[in-house]
Amino acid sequence: MCLAIPVEVREVLPDDMARVTLDGVSKIISTALINDVRPGDYVILHVGYALTKINPEEAERTLALIQEAAMGNAT
Amino acid sequence: MKYIDEYRNGRLARDIARQIALTADPARSYHFMEFCGGHTHVISRYGLEDLLPDNVRMVHGPGCPVCVLPIGRIGAAIALAMRPEITLCTYGDLMRVRDKNGWSLLKAKAAGADIRMVYSTLDALKIAEAEPQREVVFFAIGFETTTPPTALVLKTAIAKGLGNFSIFCNHVLTPAAIHSILESPDVSKPGTIKIDGFIGPAHVSAVIGTKPYEFFAEKFRKPVVVAGFEPLDVIQAVLMLVRQINDGRHVVENQYIRAVTRLGNVKAQAEVANFFELRESFEWRGLGELPLSGLRLRPRYAAYDAENRFSMVTVTAEDNPACECGSILRGVQKPADCKLFGRVCTPDTPMGSCMVSSEGACAAHWTYGRFRTKARQPDAGRAVA
Ligand code: SF4
Ligand code: SF4
Repeated sequence: MCLAIPVEVREVLPDDMARVTLDGVSKIISTALINDVRPGDYVILHVGYALTKINPEEAERTLALIQEAAMGNAT
Repeated sequence: MKYIDEYRNGRLARDIARQIALTADPARSYHFMEFCGGHTHVISRYGLEDLLPDNVRMVHGPGCPVCVLPIGRIGAAIALAMRPEITLCTYGDLMRVRDKNGWSLLKAKAAGADIRMVYSTLDALKIAEAEPQREVVFFAIGFETTTPPTALVLKTAIAKGLGNFSIFCNHVLTPAAIHSILESPDVSKPGTIKIDGFIGPAHVSAVIGTKPYEFFAEKFRKPVVVAGFEPLDVIQAVLMLVRQINDGRHVVENQYIRAVTRLGNVKAQAEVANFFELRESFEWRGLGELPLSGLRLRPRYAAYDAENRFSMVTVTAEDNPACECGSILRGVQKPADCKLFGRVCTPDTPMGSCMVSSEGACAAHWTYGRFRTKARQPDAGRAVA
């Protein structure tokens, strides 16, 4: 029920809406719950609404931490 | 796909699992409850339990709103939908949950009720606009992730002056459920079920932040790691929990930093606060009446509140006595412990709610886990004191 997915914003539309793509499929969603949406942003989409933006630096950092954890370094 | 595939690397998952085995103290056992149905689903789907050492076990929690909705509320929704003037809109997950008479929204629809499945609250609004002669009711359920979309649709309906739109509100709060589990006699009495820490909700936390869990970590001395919904997220969270236990720490850690902050989505929280207030108490399937655990519309929006507008009554209804959903939701039993599992109860013929939603523990186990059960000891979540 709360499963939500990362999608890429392609176009910012009037009235807090945006066009996003997910695996090549285009969809119109509401961005009324978040601020400063730009094309190229990734957002978490849930029941037609963007819940939050994905922070690209933190995503990189998570992958680095996972690599380290796999090698046995304390995270 | 970006932000998905890189968190599904099987080799890395196995490497982390090996680190968990090296880190976990062989002299003790570790039992972690994943609160969220989304995590239950990932754990079953990717067989993560099989990667973990035998002394590190997962306990399924109550984290799916479909699973915890009491059947009395389903009954009330069906009764409402049977009224000729009403169009009931709802998320698809709810359609197959049975009420005490074995009825579901699907069955009611087949019997002629005007029930429409929607993907988004905005679809329900469109129906209300297009069919002004109908009374359109949105059957709202969900944790903190689906509440902001309900708040926003209400805001839009009011702005548009739509007089034929209302909400049957069943939104519930995750911290209240965790609190109840930690205080339940099953957990608090030593020698019964053991929970050493929690994997906290991903997208719920994107909205409410990690802060609401700090209180539990402190008060109940249980570590909480908020984790994303991909397999590497979950397995990394398990390692983080094992480390906290080994170090004797019990704090809230955030594995899902790419989407979750300590304070969460403040804008969404403000929208919710505008339209909703706490109910003194709300019934949860399997957990019973929990104080301050559910939301209702504020009195100033009474005209948009289906419970008020249509004088709805919900009666408390007993579950099928053979269904073990209640104890599964509290982590006391596992799906395979239920006598109905896989016999009369399957995803095509769900007897209880845990079999309805794909994030329910029984459905996840049916789809991905049942062939493995025999191979391992069914000990997780059981007495280990
Ligand atoms: S995020 Fe919410 S709805 Fe989704 S599985 Fe978790 S608790 Fe359930
Ligand atoms: S198998 Fe079916 S009846 Fe048994 S606990 Fe699960 S949902 Fe309930």
